[in-house]
Amino acid sequence: MVARIVSGLRYLGQSLRLMVGMPEYSTYVAHMHHAHPERPVMSYEEFFRERQEARYGGNGKVTRCC
Amino acid sequence: MNTYIRKLGWFAFAATGAFAFAVIALNRGEPIGALWVVVATVCIFTIGYRFYSRFIAGKVLGLDSTRMTPAYKHNDGLDYVPTNKYVLFGHHFAAIAGAGPLIGPILAAQMGYLPSMLWLLAGVVLAGAVQDFIVLFISIRRDGRSLGDLIKSEMGQLPGMIALFGTFFIMLVLLAVLALIVVKALAESPWGTFTVAATIPIALFMGIYARYIRPGFIGEVSLIGFMLLILSIVGGQYVQEIPSLAALFTLTGEQLTWLLIGYGFIASVMPVWLLLAPRDYLSTFLKIGTVISLAIGILIISPDLKMPALTQFVDGSGPVWSGSLFPFLFITVACGAISGFHSLISSGTTPKMIRNERDARFIGYGAMLMESFVAIMALVAASTIEPGIYFAMNSPAAIIGTTAESAAQTISQWGFHVTPEMITQTAVDVGEHTVISRTGGAPTLAVGMAQILSDVLGGQAMMAFWYHFAILFEALFILTAVDAGTRAGRFMLQDLLGSFIPFMKRTDSITANLIATSVCVAGWGYFLYQGVVDPLGGINTLWPLFGISNQMLAGIALVLCSCVLFKMKQDRFAWVTILPAVWVFVCTLTAAWQKIFDANPRIGFLAHANKYKEAIAEGTVLAPAKSIGQMQQVIFNDYINASLAALFMLVLISMLAFGIRTVLRARALGTPTTRETPFELLPVEAVSRT
Repeated sequence: MVARIVSGLRYLGQSLRLMVGMPEYSTYVAHMHHAHPERPVMSYEEFFRERQEARYGGNGKVTRCC
Repeated sequence: MNTYIRKLGWFAFAATGAFAFAVIALNRGEPIGALWVVVATVCIFTIGYRFYSRFIAGKVLGLDSTRMTPAYKHNDGLDYVPTNKYVLFGHHFAAIAGAGPLIGPILAAQMGYLPSMLWLLAGVVLAGAVQDFIVLFISIRRDGRSLGDLIKSEMGQLPGMIALFGTFFIMLVLLAVLALIVVKALAESPWGTFTVAATIPIALFMGIYARYIRPGFIGEVSLIGFMLLILSIVGGQYVQEIPSLAALFTLTGEQLTWLLIGYGFIASVMPVWLLLAPRDYLSTFLKIGTVISLAIGILIISPDLKMPALTQFVDGSGPVWSGSLFPFLFITVACGAISGFHSLISSGTTPKMIRNERDARFIGYGAMLMESFVAIMALVAASTIEPGIYFAMNSPAAIIGTTAESAAQTISQWGFHVTPEMITQTAVDVGEHTVISRTGGAPTLAVGMAQILSDVLGGQAMMAFWYHFAILFEALFILTAVDAGTRAGRFMLQDLLGSFIPFMKRTDSITANLIATSVCVAGWGYFLYQGVVDPLGGINTLWPLFGISNQMLAGIALVLCSCVLFKMKQDRFAWVTILPAVWVFVCTLTAAWQKIFDANPRIGFLAHANKYKEAIAEGTVLAPAKSIGQMQQVIFNDYINASLAALFMLVLISMLAFGIRTVLRARALGTPTTRETPFELLPVEAVSRT
């Protein structure tokens, strides 16, 4: 029961961060280790900046609605 | 045995929904509780989701849970990330929910709550959610590409360009109407203006905090920002009470317009981390929080709907906006029933993160039902206000005058009981100087929300706080949209112009950037200014134009969906998108036609221009113009608006022609001709996880 609540809260946190364009950092790190072990992995701060720029930096993406 | 129990359960569900509808339909004369509306809505949505979306997922689209998704194929941990469906649902819902579904139903409430409610329920189940779901599906099967790209690859280069061109103009009208709502809500309101102005330094502080002091701590910085916001609401009351400060923050509509235009320009060329990102955190979380608290409030107190089910204004003579129920109700409700803008979101970030095709039903169809539920709540909030107060707030000064006495007199003649004391008392309750002609929908929603929330928490004493909280919440996400929209519009413009002037395509060039930004801001600023000085309140002109443009985009998206269904050789199920497309086309084209050519100057732009022309010929000056020069400006504006409506019609009709061409070509061939990415198997762990 407790485990389910904890995982529910974790999902809620992930969803709230994703709402503002920030995917899960641990997923990114796991993916990099798994798929591209030879490439450098961004630190959380770099990751944060990269995602922020990607969400708001433009290229004409519409990320919200009327 | 189990299947019987299940069937019995669904039967009970349908019966409950039918009963709630019976209560709403038969209980004329005395107010009904909002709970009945909620019950009816939940029943319709659950049944629609369970049966209709399942039919679309299985029979029409043939969702394949073993098929590769872009999230796995292009997984980079950044844009393409396989994501849990509940997590992604939240993201998608936050992206599609905005001011539109809140404002539309409030304006539409002048015809009574029943027409809007029926269209919201029927429209979302049969049209809006279908569009969101199928566009999402189409994009998932094509590497998560955008709407413009999808149209280009499935229908041709030219229709794709036309659709992008149309989207740019929607953006301008959208930004203008959103900005107008803010101007109308803040004009002559020092409390509101102060709190909204305070969000700028708060956001700047948050931006620096999240970049240098505690990088990336979004939750923490948002919480700090939220507390500062609450402080600014409390502080606003003191600002209002100190005359010298109050004078500083008491601004006219025109002053606010120029400030907003300046803000839009500066904000959209500033680094994103400084202002836009932190503002987005605040507005997104505040939006979700407010929607949830409003839902809880409505469930707890089940306020009575005081607005009649139908008013006499279904004939088109209403003061809030003019035009008869068909087609203008559908244009006005817009976003909560079907919103073309969602097709941009459904082909944006969501398809790149969906783990399994099967999730598209829950996320695409489900999130739109949720959005429509938000629209129903806005309708409830508007209908719980005394109808007399509703009309005092939403009728332009040109019709009801500027004093409580004249407003009460005019509105009482329409058959809605209201006294001057009631009007002034409402203003006192919410801490404003006046509530007369506070058009635009936001103040009405704020009064409705303040009534509901103060009933739950804080009582009468907290009403002014909740009112300004609601205004702040709306202004906050509108300003975020103005900022982000100007940026998006700038890129669209650079992309479009770049096809003709290569220099403009360079998004790294500061000159090209500034030129495109200026054109964008000037574009929406023009419509905004024109709306602010309009004696009929501006919303009268701009909201229908916005509705038409939004429904036009929905029409384009539905044409694309129909084309894809024919290309998949699913001809016998193509009615799923053709029927809503036909309805959207009929409504949108009729509305645009009437906005241009209707003989009534309150509806038709050309008739309005002619009225001014005749007055010029006679040498008389009609309000709001104060001189012949301004009269000519009004005429010019009418021609611009008429041209814009004509442009939307043209875009729609040409897309229809291209759509028919695509369908005929697809039908002539015996095999599927879709441009889907070739079938690949989804990794085993992804199939079993869902």
